[in-house]
Amino acid sequence: MDKFEKFTGVVVPLDRANVDTDAVIPKQFLKSIKRSGFGPNLFDEWRYLDQGQPDTDNSSRPLNKGFVLNDPRYRDGQILLTRDNFGCGSSREHAPWALADYGFKVIIAPSFADIFFNNCFKNGILPIVLESEYVDNLFRESDGETALELTVDLDAQTLTVAGGEKITFDVDPFRKHCLLEGLDDIGLTLEHSERIRAFEEKRRARAPWIFGE
Amino acid sequence: MSAKTLYDKLWEDHLVHTEEDGTSLIYIDRHLVHEVTSPQAFEGLRLTGRQPWRPDSAIATPDHNVPTLGRAKGIEDPVARIQVAELDRNCEQFGITEFGMSDVRQGIVHVIGPEQGFILPGMTVVCGDSHTSTHGAMGALAFGIGTSEVEHVLATQCLIQKKSRTLRVSVDGKLGSGVTAKDIVLAIIGEIGTAGGTGYVIEFAGEAIRSLTMEGRMTVCNMTIEAGARAGLIAVDDTTIDYLRGRPHAPSGDRWEAAVKVWRGFHSEPDARFDREVRLDAAAIAPQVTWGTSPEMVVPVNDRVPDPDSEQDATRAEGMRRALDYMGLKANTPISEIPVDHVFIGSCTNGRIEDLRAAAAVAKGRQVADHVVQALVVPGSGLVKRQAEQEGLDKVFVDAGFEWREPGCSMCLAMNADQLNPGDRCASTSNRNFEGRQGKGGRTHLVGPAMAAAAAVAGHFIDVRDLQGN
Ligand code: SF4
Repeated sequence: MDKFEKFTGVVVPLDRANVDTDAVIPKQFLKSIKRSGFGPNLFDEWRYLDQGQPDTDNSSRPLNKGFVLNDPRYRDGQILLTRDNFGCGSSREHAPWALADYGFKVIIAPSFADIFFNNCFKNGILPIVLESEYVDNLFRESDGETALELTVDLDAQTLTVAGGEKITFDVDPFRKHCLLEGLDDIGLTLEHSERIRAFEEKRRARAPWIFGE
Repeated sequence: MSAKTLYDKLWEDHLVHTEEDGTSLIYIDRHLVHEVTSPQAFEGLRLTGRQPWRPDSAIATPDHNVPTLGRAKGIEDPVARIQVAELDRNCEQFGITEFGMSDVRQGIVHVIGPEQGFILPGMTVVCGDSHTSTHGAMGALAFGIGTSEVEHVLATQCLIQKKSRTLRVSVDGKLGSGVTAKDIVLAIIGEIGTAGGTGYVIEFAGEAIRSLTMEGRMTVCNMTIEAGARAGLIAVDDTTIDYLRGRPHAPSGDRWEAAVKVWRGFHSEPDARFDREVRLDAAAIAPQVTWGTSPEMVVPVNDRVPDPDSEQDATRAEGMRRALDYMGLKANTPISEIPVDHVFIGSCTNGRIEDLRAAAAVAKGRQVADHVVQALVVPGSGLVKRQAEQEGLDKVFVDAGFEWREPGCSMCLAMNADQLNPGDRCASTSNRNFEGRQGKGGRTHLVGPAMAAAAAVAGHFIDVRDLQGN
């Protein structure tokens, strides 16, 4: 995984609560056995007027002009701003894959669904929980003639509006460390192999029915 | 030391290591695998040259993509076919037991795990699927994970987690007749909301929960995720143990006796404290029907579609308006006046034998209404299907005008050919009524199996208790 570096990006305001992972990436795209290439189908049902299919060219499909991703102000946005309980529903990691493939690096919301929140970190996306008040403000500011830009500094845990206001945010220290260093969880866990093996032997002695004969 | 909750016990039993900040390494006993969320995980193993830590901890089955008709012909959709073939190849290469598409033990992963006795009390259970919460009904700590974590569990037999908070939902008293586990869980979600359980593990307790069969308990735990909690739990009792006795993967002989002794300890201590408590009165719960595009948008069948104009919170009111628009419904319409043209009975929520019995009891001697275009019954597994056929349920359904299909997820998420068209309105026993869930533009109303069968024969929602002569 790439290291998470400080960057400045455009905020894309998606003003809906309870956006579920079926909406983030509809089911027909889950048939893929790859991790990449989901970006063009991110929010497919809201973004296009026709029904998307896997392995087809998306460039000539009719766009839903009213959907925020099709608004020229927010082109190449890297920061998604949204409402409560973002990412609820299915555990599909295709949702963060699609968001990352599209180019999103940060998602800001008052709250997230648990599995999705967790999946983000595994894919280099930083989900930031901000109080509703701040989120409301950002929504207001991102609706101007030009898009709102924010500088995200994970190391300092700050969001800075161009030319002004600085908002600090919380992040779990372990997850922060992994994102900043681009660490592979599995490698980290395997450093505990001895411990895992010892635990397993104890467990086998106490609950042998869990293990094969 | 303070009295422990069931969750405390399960957590401590699986703790391999804890860092100072509370980040913990948790040992995983069981891993269920299906075709949609696993290919990239196996590919990850191949790329890094890693092997599964303990292949016998996992079983796999294709369920999301499989056709429910003409299965002998194989899968028509080439993309889906590759994904199912990929699962076969991965299981073969990495030594994981798979119940393939033509195996009678194939079915929805959350139906076959318990059915095989593969999931036992006191275990940790994961699957790349949010409805893994189902298995909490066994007194096991079970939760859904993403594909990166599927790879993590395959490679290390562990997960990195932090301990959750605990929420006890007690459903006191007795359920009225004709009211089911599905109504309980929908009522709970209506009460606490789809984010109400976020950050918690929920333990379901109270007389109404204790009185449920294992099938009913699985229905309740299954939809824990719709309440935002990753895991739901129900304490082990005689019902649990009776259910497990004699199942293929359950222990036998002396091992069974030893196991039962341990399992009886999987309950919360009487004076254990929970971070939050919610109580519901079972007698006040009526059959439930969702009217919107989130499972929390739910009302009793004898109620009306709510009015956004009377909602104080602006974001919520906006969400309600959007939902009504998508659902093609007007505020204040009586639920019983909403016509349906599709019915789906199945899924990991309500695709077990007891669910099919409940639906068949309503369908028996009646006919699916003329304007209902399709009424599907999709058993949760090959073994559920076989059992139902031995009891003659298939015949009851077919005589009434339902279609009797092969097992799988089917129209619960419509990845295969079983899909709604735009504007279709479906009474569904599944768990999600999101926009497009059952097909682009399709409108889903979640109900229990008897309520779905009742809607099929009436052609609109109806209080099933009226048909049952209560
Ligand atoms: S039946 Fe539906 S909810 Fe259950 S595993 Fe299949 S797709 Fe998921």
